[in-house]
Amino acid sequence: MFGWEFPPHILGGLGTASYGITKGLAAIPGMDITFCIPKPWGDEDKSFMNIIGMSQVPVVWKDVSREYVEQRIGDKMSPELYYALRDHIYADFNYRQTDDLGCIEFSGKYPDNLQEEINNYSIVAGVIARQQEYDIIHAHDWLTYPAGIHAKQVSGKPLVIHVHATDFDRSRGRVNPTVYGIEKDGMDHADCIMCVSELTRQTVINHYHQDPAKCVAMHNAVYPLDPEIKEFVDIPIENAAERDKVVTFLGRITMQKGPEYFVEAAAKVLSRTKGIRFCMAGSGDMMNQMIDLVAKKGIADKFHFPGFMKGHQVFEAFRESYVYVMPSVSEPFGISPLEAMQCGVPSIISKQSGCAEILTNCVKTDYWDIDAMADAIYALCTYHSYHHYLKEEGRKEVDQITWEKVGERINECYLRCLGWN
Amino acid sequence: MKTVCLYFEIHQNIHLKRYRFFDIGTDHYYYDDYENERSIQETAERSYVPALQALLEMAGRYGSYFKCAISLSGSAIELLERYAPQVLDLLSQLNETGCVEFLAEPYSHGFSSMTNRETFREEVKRLCKKIKTLFGKEPKVFRNSCLIYSDEIGQEVADMGFKGMLAEGAKHVLGWKSPHFVYHCNRNPKLKLLLRDPSLSEDISYRFNDSSWSEYPLFADTYAKWIADLPEDEQVVNIFMELCALGIFQPLSSNILEFMKSLPEQLKERGVVFSTPSEICSKMKSAGELNVAYPTSWVDEERDLSPWLGNDMQREALDKLYSLADRVRIGNDKRLKQDFDYLQASNNFRFMSTKANSYGGYRGIYDSPYDAFTNFMNILGDFNSRINNLYPEFDNDELNSLLTTIKNQDEELERKDKEIEKLQHLLGQLEEMEGGFQKAEAKPVPEAAPAAPAKKAASKAKAEAKPAAKKTTPKAKAEAKPAAKKAAPKAKAEAKPAAKKAAAKAKK
Repeated sequence: MFGWEFPPHILGGLGTASYGITKGLAAIPGMDITFCIPKPWGDEDKSFMNIIGMSQVPVVWKDVSREYVEQRIGDKMSPELYYALRDHIYADFNYRQTDDLGCIEFSGKYPDNLQEEINNYSIVAGVIARQQEYDIIHAHDWLTYPAGIHAKQVSGKPLVIHVHATDFDRSRGRVNPTVYGIEKDGMDHADCIMCVSELTRQTVINHYHQDPAKCVAMHNAVYPLDPEIKEFVDIPIENAAERDKVVTFLGRITMQKGPEYFVEAAAKVLSRTKGIRFCMAGSGDMMNQMIDLVAKKGIADKFHFPGFMKGHQVFEAFRESYVYVMPSVSEPFGISPLEAMQCGVPSIISKQSGCAEILTNCVKTDYWDIDAMADAIYALCTYHSYHHYLKEEGRKEVDQITWEKVGERINECYLRCLGWN
Repeated sequence: MKTVCLYFEIHQNIHLKRYRFFDIGTDHYYYDDYENERSIQETAERSYVPALQALLEMAGRYGSYFKCAISLSGSAIELLERYAPQVLDLLSQLNETGCVEFLAEPYSHGFSSMTNRETFREEVKRLCKKIKTLFGKEPKVFRNSCLIYSDEIGQEVADMGFKGMLAEGAKHVLGWKSPHFVYHCNRNPKLKLLLRDPSLSEDISYRFNDSSWSEYPLFADTYAKWIADLPEDEQVVNIFMELCALGIFQPLSSNILEFMKSLPEQLKERGVVFSTPSEICSKMKSAGELNVAYPTSWVDEERDLSPWLGNDMQREALDKLYSLADRVRIGNDKRLKQDFDYLQASNNFRFMSTKANSYGGYRGIYDSPYDAFTNFMNILGDFNSRINNLYPEFDNDELNSLLTTIKNQDEELERKDKEIEKLQHLLGQLEEMEGGFQKAEAKPVPEAAPAAPAKKAASKAKAEAKPAAKKTTPKAKAEAKPAAKKAAPKAKAEAKPAAKKAAAKAKK
């Protein structure tokens, strides 16, 4: 399995989803998973799979002693594996910049030289593909598609690619030709394309011209809340009745997420009601523009920008929230409403998001329909029974959406690809 | 001899328009006129007109042998008057043939039967009056919105003077009993209950055109045979459905009307007759009482209230709506009353249903139950504020206590009136007797003796009536200053003429 992010060091939804899929799959008996990531930090959960860090795989033969390897990367990779991988270097990569172990350095993020990093990732994948034994290759998101293709060409094993997002989602239609090229190439070589929603599947079919028969909608799920976090979230807020109700937007403040619609809806709500506050958590390229817009609408006193949140902060935000809004213009899936619903926060999501396909106990509006969105916010803040119903039923519903079920479905796809059933 | 009772419901709700919360307080018109016009015309065209024409044809062909019953909700009548008067024409034609009985139901097609007694009575009376003006007949048998029935409702309906009521033959209520008998309300044996046969009714209304059904295609002779082959002592087969079943649930292309038209002939051959509900109520004896502690309805598999009151949202909407009922009723503001009627329609609550397998996923303009709830509550918010503008907000308890006071005083006045009448009558008798006396004996002496007690009684009545009137006014005034302003003059007005009447009568 090739991935770019892995918890706990994540930058977006991709890491969470990769983790969930892997864990769901690991629950199936007889399944061994090796997960390749660019740069492990050493604190990943390795209980149910092996992790290979691309930045520890040698591509240039260096004569190093066992002790030295142990001391350098012992916490991330065993020296045995290092030597085994070293035996499978397939070409001369001396012209590449490598370190003292013959490995290529990875940032593991989304740096400016992303193109180069993707290329390096693919080079390293060639070594792993030659050394490891496996039956199927699973590549997450476009960054790893070249690696997947490489591995497929080396081993002849079927390639499954997982489309977590397409460039059409990220750019609202104005795609980057390079990215599109990589994505298309990956899809053309894939034996099975798993899309996180029907919405994405349609994009893949219509914009990438793929055979509908090999595209499958594979909806994401959520992990049950940690008991500790659940307990924390369930602590009722003090004098909740007197405090202003908080309506939250949580995500990258970028064009894809439709933050301006949230601000517009907020302005509509605030023009008619009291006792509601709005909070736009996250950061992104449109943040300043949004702050401007909020000021222009004259609602800055009731509209807050707490900035980027991670880890526990997210749950603190959910606990304080009364309503969660995700007005994404185009969201391949969108795990965050599911997380909000787990925390007992009713969600308003746009019909243009993938999770709308599997959720029923939430409010769905068109992202551009700010009237409907404002109305839904007002109703949830005003009518207690409505809020209560969505809170309870939403929680129940989300508890039924588990990665284990997703894992089983992925396994079925694998078996079909391999022709084993 | 077996008898079949056919009954059709005609109900269309007034559709609410998209109403955002920022319209609250600025826009007091809640209805989607386009949708109202479109839907009623479509229904009339596809179902009501052809179905009623078929009924007319049957009435013409079989004369007095064929009979059926129809009920209309207030909103349906209004819609038909406005957009599809040809349906009302057909109904009057059908009425002239004498084969149809019109039943009473609450005007709004809402849930007042379970929530507000006074409103319920008022609504039913209003509909009866409407039916009387349209068709010249006073309904004798009652059917509740969505065929909702419970012991309490039965008692109330019996008190209103109806001799029969339609209800669902729900399995969980009947148990081993059969719906093919007449039952009576357990709180008032005077009220006969006609129970719908769910399976025979839905064979026509739901399954007729279902090709996966084992009995498909259903023919009139088979159906008639089923009825004729029922055990000897099972005498009444109640087939109740919405009139839209003919033409909308079952499209005309399924030949449903041909089926209906040939049904009387097949039944006649097998010695089964048709009866109207009131005929059954007067002819048949009750087989026993029916206990229905929890309300039943004719919808879904559960046959209960879950399609309208299945979730918290629906219950909140209903509670909020009916908490305004008293104020709307005493307010006597026509516009508010009309809006209240339209808001009560059961359809508004059905749209909010989150039941997974409820029959007919039709949601009108809404795309989810949440959408329906929000829209309804926004409208209710505006409606509420209008009522509050009329009567500044005060406690419902307070209002209730005031209402009780007024009601008690009304009753007291009524009692006094009756007493006066009785005394008057006595006085008249005495005078007559006196006249007889005078003729016979022409003696002036005994004249004084009987007249004196009469006068005494009259003055006593006067004395009693006056304090009652006095009591009414200051009490009401003192208890609720702003709100009672309307209520008090009413009580005053009612009390004063009564007192005057009493005085006038006494002077006589």
